Amino acid sequence: MDTARPQGGAAALAEPGAGPDATTPALPAGTAGTAGGLQQRPAPSPGLRTDAELSDATRDDSSLRRFLRGLPGIDPVGLEQRAAGLATRSIKKNSKLQAIDLAISMVDLTTLEGADTPGKVRSLAAKARRPDPAQPGVPSVAAVCVYPDLVAVAAEQLAGSGVGVASVATAFPSGRAALAVKLADVRSAVDAGATEIDMVIDRGAFLAGRFGEVFDQIVAVRQACAGRRLKVILETGELGTYDNVRRAAWLALLAGGDFVKTSTGKVSPAATLPVTQVLLQAVADWHARTGEYRAVKPAGGIRTTKDAVRHLVAVNEVAGPAWLDPYLFRFGASSLLNDLLLQRRTQREGHYSGPDYVTVD
Amino acid sequence: MSQQRLPVAKTYKLFVGGAFPRSESGRTYPVRGPGGEFLANVARASRKDARDAVVAARKAFRGWAGTTAYNRGQVVYRIAEMLEGRRAQFVDLLVTGDGADPAAAGAAVDAAVDRIVHFAGWTDKLAAVWGSANPVAGPYFSFSVPEPTGVVAALAPPDDALLGLVSVVAPIIASGNTVVVLAAPDHPLPAIALAEVLATSDLPGGVVNILTGDPAEIAPHLAAHGDVDALDLTGAGAELRADLERAAAGTVKRVHVPTGSDWTAPPGTARLRAFLEVKTVWHPTGAVSLTGGGGY
Repeated sequence: MDTARPQGGAAALAEPGAGPDATTPALPAGTAGTAGGLQQRPAPSPGLRTDAELSDATRDDSSLRRFLRGLPGIDPVGLEQRAAGLATRSIKKNSKLQAIDLAISMVDLTTLEGADTPGKVRSLAAKARRPDPAQPGVPSVAAVCVYPDLVAVAAEQLAGSGVGVASVATAFPSGRAALAVKLADVRSAVDAGATEIDMVIDRGAFLAGRFGEVFDQIVAVRQACAGRRLKVILETGELGTYDNVRRAAWLALLAGGDFVKTSTGKVSPAATLPVTQVLLQAVADWHARTGEYRAVKPAGGIRTTKDAVRHLVAVNEVAGPAWLDPYLFRFGASSLLNDLLLQRRTQREGHYSGPDYVTVD
Repeated sequence: MSQQRLPVAKTYKLFVGGAFPRSESGRTYPVRGPGGEFLANVARASRKDARDAVVAARKAFRGWAGTTAYNRGQVVYRIAEMLEGRRAQFVDLLVTGDGADPAAAGAAVDAAVDRIVHFAGWTDKLAAVWGSANPVAGPYFSFSVPEPTGVVAALAPPDDALLGLVSVVAPIIASGNTVVVLAAPDHPLPAIALAEVLATSDLPGGVVNILTGDPAEIAPHLAAHGDVDALDLTGAGAELRADLERAAAGTVKRVHVPTGSDWTAPPGTARLRAFLEVKTVWHPTGAVSLTGGGGY
C-alpha cells in the first residue's frame, strides 16, 4: 500500500469548515492503482507536525487570504539569476545518460488536441510502454495524459504495464464551467479508469482574489477523484507574477493537491525554469513544515533534453534529491520524449542521431 | 586638423541558419596571407557547431525542397546578382589572401558568378533530364522523378577558395538539397564573404551553412551524423577520405567522390546527379470499361 500519499494531513487541514463537503475524512489510501510500479515514498512520521499556522490558514476565507497574502515575496531578479546560474551546470557522459533515463521515466506523454483519435492514443500508449523498441533498457514513461473521453482507450492499452493513465478534467484548459460540470468531468475520467487527474484552477476567481472559492473547488475535485492522484494546474502564464504563482501553489497544497503543475500547455509562456523553481520551493517548504512529500509537474514548452536536464538540476538543488523520482516530479510533454530518445542514442552510439530514427507521434 | 582614422577590422564568423554566430567553443585561428602576414582571426567551429548547422539545414530542407523549380532558379540566380555586385571585394580578397594577380582573380570571380548562373538554369531541367514517363505493361502511368536527397555535408576544395566552393555548393542547392559546407581551412575568407552574399540574397536561412575550422576535426562527426543524408568529399585528402567513407557507411549515406578538380572546365552534370534520388510512381490510368474502349 502506498502510505505516502498526502491524504490524512491535507484532508484534516481541509476540514474546518472551508470545503463544501467537510464531512469526508481522510480517504483510504492506495485504493486505486495509482502510478503502479513507481517507487513508493517512506511514510511520514506518525507524529505529523500539523503546523498550527497551516491549519488556521484554511479556517475561513479571510484567514486564507491573510495567509496567502502573507507569504514572503519573491525577488524576480534573484530568482531568474539563480535559474540561469543552475542552468549552466554541465552534465556529461554517464551522468547525462542517467539523467536522460530518469527524465524518460518522468515523462507524462501527452496528447491534448481536438484531433485526437482512439488510434492516436493507442499508438501513444505503445510508445509509452516501450519508448524506443530498438534500444534495450529504455524505461517506460510515467503516464499517458489524454482527454477524459479517451481515457478508456488508454487504460485498456496500458493495463498491467505500470504506466499510469492521466486525464485532464474540470473543463480543461480554461476551467470556465460550473462546479457540477467540472465534477462530472472528473467522475467520468475516474470511471473510465484514470489513475491520475489533472485539474485546472479557476484563474478568474484566483486573480479576483476569491481564494476560498478556488480552494473549495480543489477540495471538491479531490473528493471526486476518490483516491486518484490529483494534479493541480495553476496555469502560471496567466497568473502574472511569481508572487501569484507562489500563492497559487500554496493554495493548491493547502487544498490537498498531490501535484502542483505549471501549465495546460495551451498558454504561452508555459513552464519556465524560474516558475518551476517557485513550485519546487513551495513543495520543499511544505515538506519542511508538514513532513509530506508533494510533487511538481512542469508542462508545456520543455522540448529538448537540455531543458529537461536543467529542470532536473533545479529539482536536485531547490527541492532535494528525494524529488528525483517519477513519483514526485514529472514532465508534461509530447515532443520532449523524442529528443530524449535521440540524445540517448547519441550517447550510446557515439554519433549524432536524427529524427528519422524515432517514431513520429 | 587632420584626424587619423582607426582601421575597422571585420570579425569573421560562421554562417548557420541564416545568422552569423561565433563558434560555440569560442575558438578562433589566425589566417595568413601568402607572405605569412596576418590577415584575420577566423572562428574555429566545433562538432557542436556542426550539429547546430545540421539542425538548421534539416529545418530548411522541407521548405527549400518544396519550392517550385522556377522559384528556386530565381533565388539561385539572385545569388549570382549579389556576387556580381560585390565583385571588387572578392577580387581584393583573392589578391590579398591567395596572392593571385588581379587579372586572374577577376577572372575567377567572373567564373564563379557564371557558375551560379549556370546551375540556376538547371533547376527546372532536372526533371526533364533525369525523369521519365515509363512504358509499362499494365493499365498504369509510371513516372520517374528526381528528388533532392536531403541534408548534404560537403568539404570545399582547398585549392580554389571561391570558384571551388561555388562549384560545390551551387549544384547541391539547385536541386533542392540543403548543405553544411566546411570552408577550405587555409583560405576561409572568401567563404565567409560568400556567406554575406547568401545572407543578402533571397536564399532562406539554413539552406547553405558555412563552417570554418579544421575539416579533420569536424568532418568525422558530420560523416557519422544520423541526420545527414549525403556527403560530398571534394575537399578531403586521401587519408581523411577513406575514414569519412567508412564513417558514412554506418548510416548508409550517399557519398560523392569526384574525379579531377579542374574548376575552370565546364562543370558537367555529375554533381547534380550525385545528390538526386529518383522516385518512381505508379498510378492507375482510370476505370477500365467492361464493354471495351476503356480508360487505356
